[in-house]
Amino acid sequence: MTFTLEAPARPRHRRRVSQMIFRAATLFALGLVLIPAIWIVLGIVLRAIPHFSFSVLTHTSAHGGLENAIVGSFIIMVGVAIIAGTIGLGAGIYLAEMSATSQRGQRVDGLLRTATEVLAGVPSIVLGFVGYIALVVGLHWGYSLLPALIILSMMVVPYIAKATENSLAQVPTAYREGAEALGMAPGYALRHVILKTALPGITTGLLVALAIAGGETAPLLYTAGWNDQMPTLALTGHQVPYLTYPVWAFYNQPSNSLRYLSYDAALILIVFIVTLLVVSRIIVARTQRHADIRR
Amino acid sequence: MSLVRTEAESPSNPGPPSDSASVRERLRNAETVLWHRGTFVAAVLPFLGLAFAITVVAIKGWPAILVNGTHFFTGSTWQPGSTYGSTVYPHGVATPQGASYGAWPLILGTVQSSAIALILAVPISIGAAIALTERLPRSIARPANFAVELLAGIPSVLFGLWGILTLGPLLARDVYPHIASIMPDVPVLNFFNSPTGHGEGLFTSGIVLAIMIVPIITATTVELFRQVPSLNQEGARALGMTDAEVTHSVTIPWVRNGIIGASILGLARALGETIAIAMISGAILGHTAQNIYSPMTTIAATIVSQLDSSFTDATGFATATLAEAALVLAVISVVVNVIARFIVHRTGKLGGPVGRG
Repeated sequence: MTFTLEAPARPRHRRRVSQMIFRAATLFALGLVLIPAIWIVLGIVLRAIPHFSFSVLTHTSAHGGLENAIVGSFIIMVGVAIIAGTIGLGAGIYLAEMSATSQRGQRVDGLLRTATEVLAGVPSIVLGFVGYIALVVGLHWGYSLLPALIILSMMVVPYIAKATENSLAQVPTAYREGAEALGMAPGYALRHVILKTALPGITTGLLVALAIAGGETAPLLYTAGWNDQMPTLALTGHQVPYLTYPVWAFYNQPSNSLRYLSYDAALILIVFIVTLLVVSRIIVARTQRHADIRR
Repeated sequence: MSLVRTEAESPSNPGPPSDSASVRERLRNAETVLWHRGTFVAAVLPFLGLAFAITVVAIKGWPAILVNGTHFFTGSTWQPGSTYGSTVYPHGVATPQGASYGAWPLILGTVQSSAIALILAVPISIGAAIALTERLPRSIARPANFAVELLAGIPSVLFGLWGILTLGPLLARDVYPHIASIMPDVPVLNFFNSPTGHGEGLFTSGIVLAIMIVPIITATTVELFRQVPSLNQEGARALGMTDAEVTHSVTIPWVRNGIIGASILGLARALGETIAIAMISGAILGHTAQNIYSPMTTIAATIVSQLDSSFTDATGFATATLAEAALVLAVISVVVNVIARFIVHRTGKLGGPVGRG
């Protein structure tokens, strides 16, 4: 690193002015990030609150509520957490801990890692299209839970794998060496020492994945469909309602009640995202406290 | 780092179960092998999923690729043809008479809206990242970080709802007319001239996309700034540099590639964004944007808005064409993503070990 020292040669007041402009510009940029965030949240909340009634939570869409959509979104998220959580966790562990020593094995690992990252870059509508063509129509499953879960899982597995890999990489080397010195078998050490240490990071990754699964619209439109009745747990053949659909489909409807339903769904989504964020913050904060004590 | 011992790695030689090994130890070795094989299966699944997705889109889109040819990338017509008319067979593919698809407006719309988003988002994100890492009081930094995370977590359909109901009308009423009135009628800048429309269109889409990718670029840049060795920054400060000079001559050069990578990552997100654009773009087919306020559409928005009606084409050609569009979009996004990740990784390796010590 070389430093060019022309800076002190400049007149003093010019440097002070440029520093002030710099400071003002960065704070202005920060403001440009914060204002939309606050504006969107307040805009949606203020639009929904005047017409919000709690009966929305206890009636299905057939009767002017969103209970079916809330339950449907919950089912979808639990399903994604189970499927994508298992696969993503496994893939992350493999990529972080099981890297091969042989050259051929390393090439395979590199291929798998690249594939995971490329999958993260495939737009969600493309995956939704694939789900529609191959699963909903091709396999005659119809709009239903299983294609929605498969497509959403394909979307979020890379995120969970990446979060798992990153938090495993941050486990201190001393822990692994200590485990090995105590004579633990690698698998045992993984379960009892390494995964335990990495758990907060993995959980945060899982929460991010849940936020994505709960907030997606495009891939669900053509895989889950929509249903104004309560969803069932049937894997195929029954359409599943979810919270983002009313926002997308009802906001420009002529009837007031449908538009209010759209705003209500948006409000519930905002509450859901804020809750997830706060939970992940609490997890991170608690782990940092524990980490300090351990040190 | 490899945790598993070499013996356990080749599947043909699962662990070293010597005769003296206790049952317990054998179980533990079995666990190691089980972990290895189980996680390998999980790691293969994303690869299979990717292969599956590409295969489906390619097979479904193949007839359209044959018939549409290069006209798909240059033409501007989006004509499903006569659904109830006779069927013709160019290249042996059944198509409705008069069907003609050109995706140029979709491709151009995708590139234009993403470009606007990138131009707006990159300076804002870098500025915000500097503000977030440099000497901001904790009472501001914490809520600001929370707001960035919140912005990253807001579902895109809510960006769409806000864009179409709040931002679009406001811009069309109070901002666009003023921009249009001060722009001279010269090349490039006359793209900003009136008519300014109703707030559904290219500019509004670009602005909303910018807001959507700002948290991605900001968060990655903040992460990169934290990796810059503090010794270098402190040394520069000790030499009498101001914050601006430290940022300009130490921090930014250290992470330049990473910022480029982060920006491309944001670009990839903007290219593939669907629902928000489908709501805000005005969703017009067969036309490129006349000025920056005009309605437009993108590849992703077209797929989501046309997939339903494509099934009125009994020959399946409309769906095949959408599959071709999906393939084009996937290829663009994947290429952009791979480039971005390559750049970010390379920088991460450069900057990582120094700062952590």
